[in-house]
Amino acid sequence: MDLVESYREDLRFARRPIARALLGLALAAVVAFPWVAPEYAVFIATLIALYSIGVMGQNLLIGYTGQISFGQAGFLAIGAFTFGHLRIWGMPFLIALAGAGAAAALAGLLVGFPSLRLKGPYLSIATLGFGVAVYQAFVNWEVLSGGRSGLAIPKLKALPGLSATQSVYYVYVVLLALFTLATYNIISSYVGRAFIAIRDAEIAAEVNGVNLTRYKLLAFALSSFYTGVHGALYAQILGHIEPQSFNVLESLTLFVAVIVGGIASVEGSILGAAFVLLVPKVFADFREMVPVVYGVTILVVLIFEPLGLYGRWLKTRLYFQLWPFR
Amino acid sequence: MDRFLQYALTGVSAGSLYALVALGVVLIYRSTRVLNFAHGDIATLATFVSFSLLSRRYSFVAAVVLSLAVGAAVGIAFYLIVLVRAQRQGANLLGMVILTLGLALIIQGVVVYTWGAEPVSLPFPISDTKTYRFGGVVVSQLALATIAAGVAGSLCLYLLVQRTRVGLAMRATSENVMAAQTLGIPTRLVLGVAWGMASALGVVAGIFLAPALLLDPFFMLDPFLKGFAAAVLGGLNSLPGAVVGALILGVAESLTGAYLTIQFKNTLAFVIIIVVLLVRPEGLLGREFKERV
Repeated sequence: MDLVESYREDLRFARRPIARALLGLALAAVVAFPWVAPEYAVFIATLIALYSIGVMGQNLLIGYTGQISFGQAGFLAIGAFTFGHLRIWGMPFLIALAGAGAAAALAGLLVGFPSLRLKGPYLSIATLGFGVAVYQAFVNWEVLSGGRSGLAIPKLKALPGLSATQSVYYVYVVLLALFTLATYNIISSYVGRAFIAIRDAEIAAEVNGVNLTRYKLLAFALSSFYTGVHGALYAQILGHIEPQSFNVLESLTLFVAVIVGGIASVEGSILGAAFVLLVPKVFADFREMVPVVYGVTILVVLIFEPLGLYGRWLKTRLYFQLWPFR
Repeated sequence: MDRFLQYALTGVSAGSLYALVALGVVLIYRSTRVLNFAHGDIATLATFVSFSLLSRRYSFVAAVVLSLAVGAAVGIAFYLIVLVRAQRQGANLLGMVILTLGLALIIQGVVVYTWGAEPVSLPFPISDTKTYRFGGVVVSQLALATIAAGVAGSLCLYLLVQRTRVGLAMRATSENVMAAQTLGIPTRLVLGVAWGMASALGVVAGIFLAPALLLDPFFMLDPFLKGFAAAVLGGLNSLPGAVVGALILGVAESLTGAYLTIQFKNTLAFVIIIVVLLVRPEGLLGREFKERV
């Protein structure tokens, strides 16, 4: 579409003045949102931000590396409870967050080891087993989970001049921006290309010098780091966690978000997270119908638009760029 | 010793239900290369149908036959309407797993919407409390019936696959679709039949599980995971493997509950599987896979 004349121009973030203007507008909207929207909407937007981080992690593993994992709820639980205990011991927010991510990443390394030998269906059952095992460990060991009443987590202090909801919103949106930036950099570096090569053809990747052991383990560790952070942020915003919330259905929801948003796309992860959070709100009066909506959407997406919401967005953009020709 | 036998027998009884689930999973996997995550939910739906029929005073046999038909019909319809289209577009393993997950979610929603989330109990003619004594071992009527159902289901499937023309067509199709088509086998129909039979086997397991557990929209989740794990343990492309895997899993689980820890009974089952898979990635009776470059 646009004629790129020099390398410097190619590197530029916003190519045309209109893109710059739209980007500025979007940024302004994100910053202004908590001042104009009702508090409940701000809360939902915060949830979408934290969910997006987990979906991105899941997308790194499923979409980019092509490893099916049904154990995400396990990593969520590990992240959330590590974070909870660290916070209760008096650690500051960011250190507890890093600790939660690190604990989940460590668990991810452990789960990654079977992936060196198991493929496809066999891997999915191994990860599913991991998810179930973690769930039961937390349900049965009261030392870890705080027993029947769960763990209560100290609230974040509000930033000066902002209400509690607003400051949580800003902290989470900044974290989401950081993770988005990190994801973009990962997938456009050697590491990301190695992931994609493993997804497309494992043997060919190995022949071309990709160290399978290292990059598969790295994919699991990275993805579970993201998921652990997601769990921690979720724990913080709820202020109270119990093991029952991290069951198999939670893994499925993350899965749905990846598929509906778009496999192997960063923007898609955010769209997918928004989808799985907004559908239950829209259908609040027909709670039983939420799984049906998820299911039908999955079927429709996979048959008619395999790239998900992101694919639709790409096509719309292309349409307007080429208009009136096609 | 009596205690050991007692728990082993409980394990065999649970294992024979896992075997029915696992046979369905394997049947579908080896004919269409799809992992059916909706297997348990199809069984749940059909078991609820039989619950509705029984509470309308239909006879037990009629209710069971009708719910088997419902389960089989859902399986066949899903294969012919959704999966065939997806496979034509070249969906990969992940894509098809996701499609079955979609079906699972839809069925869950429909079941909760129609029958509610409150647990109900299925009126069942075979009693759980009537027991027989063999030496030092006590067996309930239900456990005997469960084992009988498992044996009958496996035997029927074996005869069908090994001794009939339909079975021959199924084996040919799962071996090489292209060659089967060239020889005039209606492969799509044959695969549809495989889906229907697999779903029906799952329904049998569901109906025999319902009296032991209460009937709620998620009651098949755990047995399905176990059956699935058993199929993986035995090797996903081997029908005898599914039965062997299921019996091993059932007995191991029951003995773990008896001698080690009751809380981590389910967890240890999965740990066993992960360990076995690390040593033999193709499962106990599965054929080693060779990958073409």
